[in-house]
Amino acid sequence: MKTHQQIDRVARDLDPEVHQANFMGAKLKSERRYAALERDYPDSDKLRQVAGQIKQHTLEHLDQYLEQAEAAFQKNGVKVHFATDDAAVNATVLRIMNETGSQRMVKSKSMVTEEIHLLDYLERHGKEVVETDLGEFILQIDGDHPSHIVTPIVHKNRRGIAESFERKGLGDYNDDPETITRRARAYLRQKYLDADVGLTGANFVSAESGRIVLVTNEGNARFCMAANRVHIAVVGIEKLVPTDRDLGLFINLIGRSGTGQQLTVYNQFIGGPRVEGQPHGPEEMHVVFVDNRRTEVLASDCREILRCIRCGACLNVCPIYRQSGGHAYRSVYPGPVGAVLSPLLAGNRFPELADLPKASSLCGACNEVCPVDIPIPDLLLRLRDKAKREGAKDAMKGTPNLGMWATLCSQPAMWKTALSMGHTMNYIPTEMIPNPSAKAWQAARKLPKFQGGEFRKWFKNRK
Amino acid sequence: MSDREQIFSAIRAALAPLPEKTARPEWDDSLIVCTASGQFESLPAQFADKLCAASGKFFDSIEALAQFLKEQGGTFGYCDPALAGHFQGWDGIRVETDFDENKINEYSFGITRASAAIAESGTLVLKDCVTSARLAALAPWIHIAVLHQSDIVATIGEAIQGFGDDPSVIFATGPSKTADVEGILIEGVHGPGVQIALVLPE
Repeated sequence: MKTHQQIDRVARDLDPEVHQANFMGAKLKSERRYAALERDYPDSDKLRQVAGQIKQHTLEHLDQYLEQAEAAFQKNGVKVHFATDDAAVNATVLRIMNETGSQRMVKSKSMVTEEIHLLDYLERHGKEVVETDLGEFILQIDGDHPSHIVTPIVHKNRRGIAESFERKGLGDYNDDPETITRRARAYLRQKYLDADVGLTGANFVSAESGRIVLVTNEGNARFCMAANRVHIAVVGIEKLVPTDRDLGLFINLIGRSGTGQQLTVYNQFIGGPRVEGQPHGPEEMHVVFVDNRRTEVLASDCREILRCIRCGACLNVCPIYRQSGGHAYRSVYPGPVGAVLSPLLAGNRFPELADLPKASSLCGACNEVCPVDIPIPDLLLRLRDKAKREGAKDAMKGTPNLGMWATLCSQPAMWKTALSMGHTMNYIPTEMIPNPSAKAWQAARKLPKFQGGEFRKWFKNRK
Repeated sequence: MSDREQIFSAIRAALAPLPEKTARPEWDDSLIVCTASGQFESLPAQFADKLCAASGKFFDSIEALAQFLKEQGGTFGYCDPALAGHFQGWDGIRVETDFDENKINEYSFGITRASAAIAESGTLVLKDCVTSARLAALAPWIHIAVLHQSDIVATIGEAIQGFGDDPSVIFATGPSKTADVEGILIEGVHGPGVQIALVLPE
């Protein structure tokens, strides 16, 4: 099959086993999501709409809420940092580690740290960093990258994981998922106890109280703030919501949308170092607010994408993602959200990813399942338009040149004249027209006989 | 210009051209309450049902709990000193009231207090000022959270209202779990593989 788009080629050449793992994982999560929301609420759409409005409102008043959050964190004894780009975030984290005499870090899952390649940076500067989410840990020992926002190793099977564990010296080959999990538990247990720093992301931030919310099933984020002295949270500035009360809505939505759970096992609301008398937990907490082009997205006509709470529901439901898998998107964020967000976050590398917004049939399923009601198909169209206007080459492959057609459609007089001459089309061999687009169109289709042109006459003479 | 100033000025520049801004929506507390709970005679009964649905275990008798621990081979654990009075004189089960990090892999259970529980979701609420040792509620295979019947609230919204100024509030709904490997559910990843609520009368 002839394919123009990179993503089509990846889907075509994908290992059938990987395709099956991606497809079944996505389908199962979609079904669970739907079942949980339908079971628990008479009108679950209402929750999505309210959540979308809260996030949109927060984004449109982001300066106020960010200032409020900063003050609330400081009142809680949290040190607040701001970082404009990847280099600034990495340098800030390294500086905190050096100033606190820290060498070893345990890290829970955070997509923003994938954006900025924090792990590589810290390792280059002589620090030990261990990913603690089971999936991320396996990716780390394989030198691989996540293919899904919530289930990062959905593209891997147990045999590959067992081989990686054997190579890493975590015991003889054993591909029983329970054994794999127990071995990771034992290995990471010691890493937690030895660590100086625990680094987390944040799923939400309450501006009112200066609390981050961490949502995990495994409990690794709890362990990243138990035995260690320092806690660093790296947080995108779009994670804010106004109040603690809003958090109730969002934790109800994220568990059901992501994995079909009423609540994710652990929802942690963290607003500062440990209390006096508590023997465990960090003595200091740092929050690093990250821009990394989010303000550029905020200034664009695609700012709605910043509502995203990274639940992965749009990936699971997307017919393109189900065929291509996450790595086909060549960026940190795959699926429909990634097709919007990744080109926007790429800055002047936009043309390299400008084909991603075309990886959609515009079926609208991503919008229907989105817990914050992001109009993803509209945003994809805006980005296709941007790619066209900026002449991004990859985005235009296979796209016919519609310049003449566009001129015709935008001039009423010309359009009318063309219609009155429409019948001549029936007498000329259209397949001979030396226009590549017209030729391509007709290669697989037959132009129907022109039968129009009578309506205007009829309408004009109508009494 | 500092990074902070750059970010704030970029945000303000991005928002200035907006002709109108989205208002904060009004919503009622009932919007997010799960309506699939069924009918229960009391909050403890609802909590017990939902906790079990989340693969947790509910006990309202210390004797039954002791029996369960023995069946699980849980003969040595940690106990919050304030609760130790309840758990003394157990035949064949030993508890320590000082958490020793060197014995982290020897404790088969940890007993700490929960500050509340949520009936609609079967969730335990662990607060830093109430949990005697973070690691004791996290590291042992079995975690036993002790609370009183009157600590159970109906909804997630009510539990959030009770946060106060505690810097670490944890909602724990069932045991630690993962489905990272081929989507197969495994309980007990980093945290407890068995999550127990012991609900005592006043």
